[in-house]
Amino acid sequence: MCGIVGLFLKNKEMEPQLGELLSRMLSTMCERGPDSAGFAVYGTAEEGRTKITLQSPNAAEDFAKLKAALAKDKKTDAKLSVNDTHAVLSIPSDKVDAIKALLASDFPSIRIMATGENIEIYKEVGFPTEVAKRFDLAHMKGSHAIGHTRMATESAVTTLGAHPFSTGADECLVHNGSLSNHASLRRELIRDGMTFNTENDTEVAASYLTWRMKQGMNLGEALEKSLDDLDGFFNFVVGTKEGFGVVRDPIACKPAVMAETDDYVAFGSEYRALAGLPGIDTAKVWEPEPATVYFWQR
Amino acid sequence: MRQLIGDLMRTFDLAQSPLRELNEELHRQTDGSNEAHWEVLNPRGGHAIAVGIDAPIKVDVRGSVGYYCAGMNKKATVTVHGSAGPGVAENMMSGKVVIKGDASQYAGATGRGGLLVIEGNASSRCGISMKGIDIVVKGNIGHMSAFMAQSGHLVVLGDAGDALGDSIYEAKLFVRGKVKSLGADCIEKEMRPEHHEALAKLLAGAGITDAKASEFRRYGSARKLYNFNIDNADAY
Repeated sequence: MCGIVGLFLKNKEMEPQLGELLSRMLSTMCERGPDSAGFAVYGTAEEGRTKITLQSPNAAEDFAKLKAALAKDKKTDAKLSVNDTHAVLSIPSDKVDAIKALLASDFPSIRIMATGENIEIYKEVGFPTEVAKRFDLAHMKGSHAIGHTRMATESAVTTLGAHPFSTGADECLVHNGSLSNHASLRRELIRDGMTFNTENDTEVAASYLTWRMKQGMNLGEALEKSLDDLDGFFNFVVGTKEGFGVVRDPIACKPAVMAETDDYVAFGSEYRALAGLPGIDTAKVWEPEPATVYFWQR
Repeated sequence: MRQLIGDLMRTFDLAQSPLRELNEELHRQTDGSNEAHWEVLNPRGGHAIAVGIDAPIKVDVRGSVGYYCAGMNKKATVTVHGSAGPGVAENMMSGKVVIKGDASQYAGATGRGGLLVIEGNASSRCGISMKGIDIVVKGNIGHMSAFMAQSGHLVVLGDAGDALGDSIYEAKLFVRGKVKSLGADCIEKEMRPEHHEALAKLLAGAGITDAKASEFRRYGSARKLYNFNIDNADAY
């Protein structure tokens, strides 16, 4: 099954409420995906700086060691804010490669969940409301956010198997469905230089879109192309630094409903996820068409 | 006095009481029930609202519902003053279900009788495997509608999506607008007087006064895909 929620704010004044609204939406989708949950939040960017969201199974130890290592490096102005099993590392954008090399060599148990100017990704195994509470989603602010509740089918129930998947800077994707050509597509993408962290089918979809965008396509064009190249069942909700996209496969058997007002665009696997949004009674509510790309950009 | 009692309305607020209690109460209603009119508040997209009713009662749901609303309905008239999620009125036996807004996938699936009216659009697989239900959609319907439809009528005032009536048996389909494509073994058929008459009756039953039977085209089975024996025609 799986549940998806997404909220893209058009009204900047609502940004302080983003986490609160998304957390309520996520809590309605627990039955659709009780294994694990995750969410991506697009917060405020700091001029010239990049955020790397980290996760570790030995968070306390790893993050303390990392903090000490960063303190020694006087040249890099790094800030580490720990949030349960995750931490957001803010660094000057020109130091990203150096820091990633340090993480790979000295901190093998630390995993990178996302990299970008705005994006932060949090995901864990556990009941979705518990996961949201652990990371205090309700108090997060930002312009758009995407959440997922997982009922695993194609790969194991692990932190890395949870959604969203991020395979490019400020990009993320969540998926309800299952892909049938992910193994062959993964091999093609690997030949073209893409790398993978899991055996998960959704990671292939995320990587595919990143690959298309590296070729110069925008998110909307990449999503159009995915309809030709991906085989299987899918509802994708995708975030970029300034964009929010939705696409369903041509069979469209996975449920989806959307709502739009002057203030926001929202996606839910079911109407239950949208029922608590402000102004929903007068919103435009519709079921997205099969094989049709929906895309909003700030 | 009897009439007065009959008109008493019970209001059930799903924000205050659980769905199971509502459905249990509705299942307690029988042919002679005094509580003939029910109003359900705050459905908020909940699943399986007003399923399995077996009494000639009236239920008004004030808001949008999720999966399987009014499934297996017998005798009751259920009106949703909002939109419906997947599988509305699936396997309906008799009675009437009205959706004031849109309906999601497989509305009226496998329905055996009664009338389902969707005042907005219905999405994919509307009337899939229908077995006697009548479905009237004021808007458009999505792809693969009336797939393997066995009997009953599907009336669409708007357009139909891809593969209408794929692998259809003996259900009768009437579409006023455009049909994007017909499915395997589904063909356009002549509108004979009995079809005009049946369609006019269905439109009247759905309270539609601004559409004439003559504006519709009829579609049905070419009878090449399934092994049809004309001697069995009366069984449908």
